Amino acid sequence: MSGDTVQKTKNAVESLGRTVVDGVREIGWGSSLLAESLFWLVVGPKVKQPVRMGSIFAQMMEVGVFAIPIVAIMSGTIGVMLAIQGIYTLSIFGAESQVTIGIAYSITREFASLITGILVAGRSGSALAARLGTMTINQEVDALQVMGINPVRFLVVPAMLAMVIMVPTLTFMADLVGLLAAGLYVSVDLGISLSAFVDQTVEILKVADVLHGLEKSAIFAVLITLVGVANGASVKGGAEGVGKVTTRAVVQSISAIIVTDMLFAFVVTR
Amino acid sequence: MTDIPNDRNRVIEIRDLVTHYGDRMILKGVDLDVFEGEIIVIMGGSGSGKSTLLRHMMGLEKRTSGTIRLLGEDMEALPMAEAFELRKKMGVAFQGGAMISSLTVGENIMLPLAEHTKLDRLTMEIMARMKLEVVELAGFENLMPSELSGGMLKRAAVARAIIMDPKLLFFDEPSAGLDPVVSSQLDQLILKLRDAMGMTIAVVTHELDSAFTIADRITVLDKGEILMTGTVDEIKNCDNERIQNLINRRTEEEILDPEEYLNRLTGGEIVPNVKW
Repeated sequence: MSGDTVQKTKNAVESLGRTVVDGVREIGWGSSLLAESLFWLVVGPKVKQPVRMGSIFAQMMEVGVFAIPIVAIMSGTIGVMLAIQGIYTLSIFGAESQVTIGIAYSITREFASLITGILVAGRSGSALAARLGTMTINQEVDALQVMGINPVRFLVVPAMLAMVIMVPTLTFMADLVGLLAAGLYVSVDLGISLSAFVDQTVEILKVADVLHGLEKSAIFAVLITLVGVANGASVKGGAEGVGKVTTRAVVQSISAIIVTDMLFAFVVTR
Repeated sequence: MTDIPNDRNRVIEIRDLVTHYGDRMILKGVDLDVFEGEIIVIMGGSGSGKSTLLRHMMGLEKRTSGTIRLLGEDMEALPMAEAFELRKKMGVAFQGGAMISSLTVGENIMLPLAEHTKLDRLTMEIMARMKLEVVELAGFENLMPSELSGGMLKRAAVARAIIMDPKLLFFDEPSAGLDPVVSSQLDQLILKLRDAMGMTIAVVTHELDSAFTIADRITVLDKGEILMTGTVDEIKNCDNERIQNLINRRTEEEILDPEEYLNRLTGGEIVPNVKW
């Protein structure tokens, strides 16, 4: 039936349109949230709505300090993995000793920030979405508002600041641990000393390479916060809704991290 | 609708309030005055718009048109700093308590003080304990909200709502989900707050007994419109059929249009081929 096909096409186009509009709306909401967060950070104290240091530190513990073990283990693992693959690849040309270059660049410029971003998204992005989702459903956010406590200032800004401080810090730690783990593997496998590996690495790497990774990780931090908050605040329906937005927050922030990673590399490296 | 006490100050003034939720019109031109020191109960069935009205009074939603003046000021028109000042003069006890779950009961109650004043911790703790005494929850300040029962949570929420000694207090369904004894305790607490502290209190509820116990005046909302505002006796004795249905717990019969009914059942897919 042609009428049927037309109707189906119409429906498909309509639902595509709706999805696009929803997506654009969400990005817009995220951007305005970022602007609002900066606004409260600067203007807050003037209207007696300052951002509390205490809650920033509490968030920093949660986002950063408690994530140290898992970030260390994962970045160490990635370092060893890169060393194995690098040595295998370079053995084709008989150039195994050059593996340090590949490891140094890929860890500092790429893997440290990426793995840290993904881990923080899974740990803290989801927690943020779940916390805000639960608070929205329990009317805690409304209660804050009626009490004259701006929820963005009270809940979002501390989380955002903690993320922006702690994710690059974790990334830097991941740089060190990843390089050290790779160095240990290389020294055992290729029989060169660890200090020789370290010397080589220091010679190869420029400050700009390390900064490349750290800058990216700061962007990831903002993305994780915005995606977590946007999903948490848009929660609908009870406990099931919280579960849904939490999952959504993790998937979206990891996707955002990977896409941004590529775009950043494209813009900055070329 | 007689006996409007003109000599008292209007604490809440709502004029021609129209609000939408998406495309759906929820409130269709609501006018309401609440006077200083009275308890007004907003009554109505579910879907009548009573919760929406309360949310608008508390400044939680943007309206389509009309004005709401709280203590003489329109929150949407105020500069930000003054809007925050206005909010300090009001408190709310939500249905489920809405205590911040990561803070203890005591910290929850101190939260407005910690955010809006420069008092030292000890003073704040003493003030919080005083309010806990008022709601008969003394000694519970170190528990987490999840360790309290439903009725206790609501009372703790009242303690938080009155910590800044607000002029205006809102209650959202105070007796929902409580057993009759606890529910009547809460009613007594609401009366006590009006008498002892002179607060103006707006209560949304669908519990008739509770409404008739606490109300100075009742306003009945139905399908986004105010049917009547008056004293308890005026409401009980009025001859409006919809109000009588509501207070006598009768369900309203819907007028049925057969064609529309069939459309609803079939989702509008099948065009009826029957001559009615």
